[in-house]
Amino acid sequence: MEAFFEHFRLWLAAFLTLGIFSFLYKDNPWYKLTEAIFVGISAGYWFVVLFWDNFHGKFWVGAGEYSINWVVAKLTGAQAPPPPDSSIDFMLWVGAFLGLLMLLRLVPKIGWISRWPLAFIVGSTGGLWLINYFASNVMVQAQATMVPLFSSAFGTGFDQNADAVIGALIIFLGTFSGLVYFFFSKAHTGVFGGTARVGVFFLMITFGASFGYTVMSRMSLLIGRIDYLLGDWLGMIK
Amino acid sequence: MRREVPLLITAVVGITFVVKYFVPHFPFNRMDAWFADWFSIVQACAIVLGALNLLKLSALKVIGQKSGWGYALVIILSFMLITVIGLAEGSDYRDPGTSFDWLYVNMFIPLSATMFSILAFFVASASYRAFRARNYEATVLLIAAFFVMIGRVPVGDVITGFMPEGYRFSDLAIWIMDYPQTAGQRAIMIGIGLGVVSTSLRVILGIERAHIGTGD
Repeated sequence: MEAFFEHFRLWLAAFLTLGIFSFLYKDNPWYKLTEAIFVGISAGYWFVVLFWDNFHGKFWVGAGEYSINWVVAKLTGAQAPPPPDSSIDFMLWVGAFLGLLMLLRLVPKIGWISRWPLAFIVGSTGGLWLINYFASNVMVQAQATMVPLFSSAFGTGFDQNADAVIGALIIFLGTFSGLVYFFFSKAHTGVFGGTARVGVFFLMITFGASFGYTVMSRMSLLIGRIDYLLGDWLGMIK
Repeated sequence: MRREVPLLITAVVGITFVVKYFVPHFPFNRMDAWFADWFSIVQACAIVLGALNLLKLSALKVIGQKSGWGYALVIILSFMLITVIGLAEGSDYRDPGTSFDWLYVNMFIPLSATMFSILAFFVASASYRAFRARNYEATVLLIAAFFVMIGRVPVGDVITGFMPEGYRFSDLAIWIMDYPQTAGQRAIMIGIGLGVVSTSLRVILGIERAHIGTGD
């Protein structure tokens, strides 16, 4: 029986893998079947993960279970649970309340209330990002770009080698010219336009390198699947 | 009421989270952690909406016997299969040996890995069209992509094996990633940072209202 399940497991994964690959030939019923399985399995997977990790793991364990037990004990006259320790955080009820408001979308008459938790999430994300992005994406990056040219740190003297000096110059030039390119409030003409053009070349290198990097990561996934088909499934690679 | 309240909530909460950054005292010093927890819980509720929507659309297709209703039925069945098993397993659902783990390893991983791996073929065909060296900019992009790709596979160093250490394709790929790529990436990141700051301000001040919808 164990051998049967081992074979079934291998054949199932191979069936699904080849089903997806069959799209490379053309759209076909096998691909559509595996695509439908993928959609259902993915949605179900994330449903289960978010239920157990986020709802149960955070809210239920962190506040919900204790609160419900306390209320039930009060209502039934049973012995109340001991006072909450530091692991209980009643502020988690705010999240549960927001989540409940979001579920009101299922009730057409009062579905508009579901905009409130959305407004809360958008507002708080905006407030958080306003400062955090400015600090991490603007200030930290600008600081990392404007480093001492000939010293490894301020006050250490001339201790950098030629490679590091050239590298620092390239990073400064590329970042500065790239930012000039993104500045659209002034016409890209003259020296400004020339600097912007240099910026375009740096951006092209960035896009090219990122593209190459992405291709290689996809290739490694592809190699992994082919390795599965030829190795685990067909046993052609030992 | 339906538009004003969400705008007010957005503004008050947004300003509170900005102020939080400058006040290192209770309750502001706990707000990051609270927000992360609240967001997680709301996420869990939002997936319920998403899943119900998926089931509703698929069920309508099956009931109406519309084109492709068989695939809609497969979506419902596979969703129910992994969800029922995952919920029945309890909070240790991910432990090796559980039925949920079996489905994850033998269905979810092969499907998602293959789905993303076929992008390699589409990227290759897209690059064939985009990478033709039609002008200087496209040529630079092409060269950078070529060196990064060839520098990340063993054959790259085999080809440049006669060169001294530090001057092979892999070293060139690392140099491109460390310097010119970093420079361009920083310009983009700073641009994104400034864009996020201005968009956040617009949202908090109620100038940007897309998130509250257009209806009453």
